Amino acid sequence: MEGLQIVVCGSLVPDPLQTLEPVINPTGPGLKNETMLPSVLDPWASHSLYEAANLAKQVAGSKVFLVSLGPKAKLQQLMMTVAQKAPFELVAVDGSASGFTDAMDVAKTLAAAIEAIPGLDKGKMLLFGGCSSASRDAGVTMQLVGEQLGITDQFVGVDEIKMQDDGSFSVLERIEGGQYLASTCPSMPAVLAWATGSLPEPPNNPQIGMANMRCVMPALQKAKPASIGVGGISFEKTEIPAQKRDTRIVKDVSADEIAAELVEWIKG
Amino acid sequence: MSIEETRKTMSMLPGDEVRQIMWRYSERYDIQMAVMGSRSVARGLIARLVADGERNTHEWTEAKNEMYKAFDESGITAAGLDMDCGGIIDGPRNFALALIAYELSWVDGGASTTSLVNNLALGPIVEKGTPEQKKRYMTMCSPAQPGEDRKTWRGAFALTEPLPYVGVDTGVLSGKVTVAEWNEGEEPMLQVEKRGRFITNMAVADFITAAVDTGDERIKSSCMIILEEGDEGTFDRGAPTLKMVHQLSNTSDPILNVKVPASRIIGGYTIKDGQIVPNLNHSEIIEAVFSRTRVTVGIMTAAKLVSAVEPVLRYHRTRFRGAAGIEEGSPRYDMGLQMKEDALHRLADVWATGEAASSLGFETTRLYDEITPVEERVYAKLAEEGITGGRKMMKALRAPQQKAIECIEMMMKPEGEKDQAAIDALYNDDMVRFVWLDAMTNVLCPACKLWDTGNGANMLREAVSMMGGYGITEDCPGFLFQKWNDAQLEATYEGPEVVQRRHISVTMNNPVFIAQINLWVKTLKELAAAQPETGTAALAAGFEMWKWTQSFLSKAKDSNGGRLYKNQRQGVLFPLADAISWLVAARSFVADVQELAKKGPDHPVVGADIEGYVNTFNDLCNIQCSRAAGEVGRICAELFYGYVNSADETGEASAEFQKYRTAVDTAMAGSKLAKDRAGKALVSIMIPEALDYPM
Repeated sequence: MEGLQIVVCGSLVPDPLQTLEPVINPTGPGLKNETMLPSVLDPWASHSLYEAANLAKQVAGSKVFLVSLGPKAKLQQLMMTVAQKAPFELVAVDGSASGFTDAMDVAKTLAAAIEAIPGLDKGKMLLFGGCSSASRDAGVTMQLVGEQLGITDQFVGVDEIKMQDDGSFSVLERIEGGQYLASTCPSMPAVLAWATGSLPEPPNNPQIGMANMRCVMPALQKAKPASIGVGGISFEKTEIPAQKRDTRIVKDVSADEIAAELVEWIKG
Repeated sequence: MSIEETRKTMSMLPGDEVRQIMWRYSERYDIQMAVMGSRSVARGLIARLVADGERNTHEWTEAKNEMYKAFDESGITAAGLDMDCGGIIDGPRNFALALIAYELSWVDGGASTTSLVNNLALGPIVEKGTPEQKKRYMTMCSPAQPGEDRKTWRGAFALTEPLPYVGVDTGVLSGKVTVAEWNEGEEPMLQVEKRGRFITNMAVADFITAAVDTGDERIKSSCMIILEEGDEGTFDRGAPTLKMVHQLSNTSDPILNVKVPASRIIGGYTIKDGQIVPNLNHSEIIEAVFSRTRVTVGIMTAAKLVSAVEPVLRYHRTRFRGAAGIEEGSPRYDMGLQMKEDALHRLADVWATGEAASSLGFETTRLYDEITPVEERVYAKLAEEGITGGRKMMKALRAPQQKAIECIEMMMKPEGEKDQAAIDALYNDDMVRFVWLDAMTNVLCPACKLWDTGNGANMLREAVSMMGGYGITEDCPGFLFQKWNDAQLEATYEGPEVVQRRHISVTMNNPVFIAQINLWVKTLKELAAAQPETGTAALAAGFEMWKWTQSFLSKAKDSNGGRLYKNQRQGVLFPLADAISWLVAARSFVADVQELAKKGPDHPVVGADIEGYVNTFNDLCNIQCSRAAGEVGRICAELFYGYVNSADETGEASAEFQKYRTAVDTAMAGSKLAKDRAGKALVSIMIPEALDYPM
């Protein structure tokens, strides 16, 4: 099998350990002190990056691109950690990484950036990303990017990919009830929106980091601006979900009775 | 609305962007990555080890041993090596290693020591070893790369025994080296006998760099020599030392008696008149190594102090939540102990100390990075001219000293009168720059080790006390109790406080350093005039008072006619050393905040918020400047009046002294207001939801 071209879409989200307090800014909703909040690579996208790196290692001649949309100064800071995790070539787009952006806007921007990667052969392309994001959590961005690029084989909530020598591959997608949907796909390109995969976070490796930095800094310097989150979409209100604990412990009640009560509760 | 009410303050605890500007590594991506790698190990594996109670045993457990693997994988091990031997930091590494130690010590000092000791063991080889020695040991210590099948070597450093007033003197050695075999035309084989005490890394060491005295007339002097585990003879690692602190480093008392080739003498040897002459004696090597690594120990305590801010803030804010009668939304619920001014003021003191300690340490390591290549060029030039050895060198450096003072004096002239070309010419002269930087580091290095660890340990006690009874429990957030205890060891190892005071008491008299103080005073006074809120008027007054007192004491006698300013009068010299340490630490902090004020506004991420950071940091600077000046006032008053039976004996000098004392006191105007402002900032400063490492 020829080398793969794995394009990973992934950007930064505020470190979830930070205090994330919604506020209304003059430009719309945001988080308190958002620009200064330390960032991490979106956890779902992280899984897809580690899976991509692992897959690239298995298939000789493969290459991983990380396409990131975010404020480039923040991306630069993020790269000090992420670049040490796995070998990749960064494609940076300078724009908002806020959770208060429209998934379609983001998808169009990412698709345009992917189209512009020199020498990218879509016939060998696997488009990776998280099945959701820890900020916007729209759960549709990867599918929309795929649509923009004309890729119709799409898998969501992926935990495993196995490549065959003929270029076909099998995929496990999460479905309800803790089950997996097993599929096979005859050829690339395809979109794989990852759940957690099965790989642990690799330790930071400065040798990989220094090798990546040779292209990270030029990529950041030439990152094109994107007007994400400017106009187009407006938010009515934002609020933190109320913390609510409403537990009732019942004993000696049949499953039918519990089900009936749940149905009534759902009906409201 | 008053100015105070509209004044911006720090809205979040400073993140990497702010620190990179303050500590001058915004452009060093290699160092930024090393920091991130160290942080992931510190707040991951190491924090779990502490939380799991691994500090509760003296034994070197499998879990503790995992740290080495993590150090190898994350680049911490490689950060201590030259690039051509698997290293990752190009050029001098003092600053980078200090940042790594800072990150590790943020969680645990012992773990930080474990990472540093390998560098300490390699230090003699890196600094003074032969090319063959450098290549062999640095390569063996570099983590194996994929495809390589070899063990990564660890080293230990065996100098002297930490016995009071013995271990502190590097001239006293217990180890002996003798000639075991010396056959005609063959390399001599040496017998090395060494009993070490308190030797770190011994549980795993593959090699030891040991200081030994000559025990044979066929060996001319003491030396440092490399011992390997496989050497013929006894390589007994010894029983673990029963340490009360730093249990994430392994320490024991080894017994070594091995036969090694003479080529293991660090720096090589020559044969002269049938005698083995080590090219360097042990003192020459140790001086080159220890002079730099001591700063990093100071940095370790500095990290503990700054790391205490967030847990204390969180504890204070949430102190009353969950208690009966404390309703959500009430001031006691929202602010907790932060309703009390004392809680805020005391935390501001701890924080200001931590910032000053960090700034002093990082400035010193940056100076070491700067001096390293200059020093190499100067030594090479002097060697070419046949100038080697202490006395000849001192003579050769006398003229450059005068030029350095001349350069400093020119820099102090008003803008219009400055001859910039002449200043540049002097500054770019290697010899001038060397003596200048040397004069600075010779004070800043021991000052950092002394003040950061000694005063730092005292302030860590404050931090522990602010947690109430929680502070002395195992689950105290931020491991503050362990950090407090660890700080005491940091004040002791790599040269206890007495050694640092002794060192400063000599180097503080260097006329180049005194000239540097004049330049600092000028800059601080200008800053005080433009921005009184920085508190630098007090710091400038403190420097001036110290300088006057030092000069006065150098000629003064006590009521019994005894000279005050001589080596044996430690009661005079050591407090002066303490006083200058307070001053230089505060000055480094001021310099870092000024750097942030200058470069921060242009930063794309934090630029818009930099004003708040600078304002609150300036308030902390003010607290520290005032505290430093106050300490200097107290110390100088004790020295000035303490050695006469009556104040009348001080004669006309008393009026002069009082002038300086009054200047220090009055320059403190506004310092408590600054503390009030810092306290207010502490109420509103945003902290993460949870510590990013386990409890």
